[in-house]
Amino acid sequence: MATGPAHRIRAGLVWAVVALVTVAPLLAAAASPLLEWREPVYVVAGFAGIVAMALLLVQPLLAAGALPGLAGRRGLRSHRYAGAAALVVVLVHVAGLWMTSPPDVIDALTFTAPTAFSAWGVIAMWALVIAALLAAFHRRTRLWHLAHRMLALVIAIASAAHALLIEGTMEPVSKVAACAVMVVATVAVVARVRIRAAGGMSR
Amino acid sequence: MTPVLYDRRSLLAGGGALLLTGVAGLLSPFRAEDLAPTRSMRGGANNYLPGAPVVERIGGGGFWMSGTVRRAGDGTPLAGQRIQIWAHTTEGSERDPWSHGATLTDAAGAFRLEMPRIVPAFGQPHGHLAYDSGDFETVFLRPVMRNARQRALEAHFVLRPV
Repeated sequence: MATGPAHRIRAGLVWAVVALVTVAPLLAAAASPLLEWREPVYVVAGFAGIVAMALLLVQPLLAAGALPGLAGRRGLRSHRYAGAAALVVVLVHVAGLWMTSPPDVIDALTFTAPTAFSAWGVIAMWALVIAALLAAFHRRTRLWHLAHRMLALVIAIASAAHALLIEGTMEPVSKVAACAVMVVATVAVVARVRIRAAGGMSR
Repeated sequence: MTPVLYDRRSLLAGGGALLLTGVAGLLSPFRAEDLAPTRSMRGGANNYLPGAPVVERIGGGGFWMSGTVRRAGDGTPLAGQRIQIWAHTTEGSERDPWSHGATLTDAAGAFRLEMPRIVPAFGQPHGHLAYDSGDFETVFLRPVMRNARQRALEAHFVLRPV
């Protein structure tokens, strides 16, 4: 591992970008005028969704060990914690929305909502639940790796579609940036690791 | 007069309806009898509270909900029909009773009710309207604002007698 000044600058830059892309949407949403007209439970539900997106954004980077200081095993362990945290905040997101407006959440969960983003959100949620269950209970076979990567793609793309189609508290520029980084990072990591797996790698 | 707003959805729906009614008009001699009843929209009944009182205005006002009520078939304007309206506004959520109110159509079948400004909730700035008085089949509408800065929204009912 290189530890020279160039390496440290690069590490600092990587973390600065990650911090910017994950924290900016939260700060920008905190300034949304819509918050004034929402009850606390609804506000918490919304922010839980934004936190979930921030976690999903770093997930591929942790899995690939691409974040400075979190390579290899440490990255993988962080990936598991972040995955579990994503599951928890998504549950908070759905529960908070349920308390705010039960019929809208029932429509979403039964795929009968008038809004397309509801379906995307529910697709992403189930993909995340399946990914978490498989990660918790399944052996790391080649098939598992393939399934995990496919689920990761579904989660990233469906989450991005979900967020982008919503007119809510998120500020558009930081939202688009976070969605773009999430999708590009996920696709890049999935594609790269798959090539290595074909060569007989993967743990 | 509130401006009529067009987005892609309403243009597609309108174009489709025009095409359908146009073709139907050519095929059928009973042109005036063809006005189809409005179908309830998905999610239209969400957070409906039956029996919203007829009010002068919902809350402090600042936003206008308007529309028309006609009879299916011949399109006769229906006067004195009670339309219930609710939304997530600057003064409350859809579930708050004070976000709900009703108004009656005038002799021309038109209604217009002032209410607090609708703000985006559950992903879209939208309102809810209901016809649920029993003489005609119940209809729930859920019109969506083209942008959150709008201060007016329209919804139109074509009702089928029960």
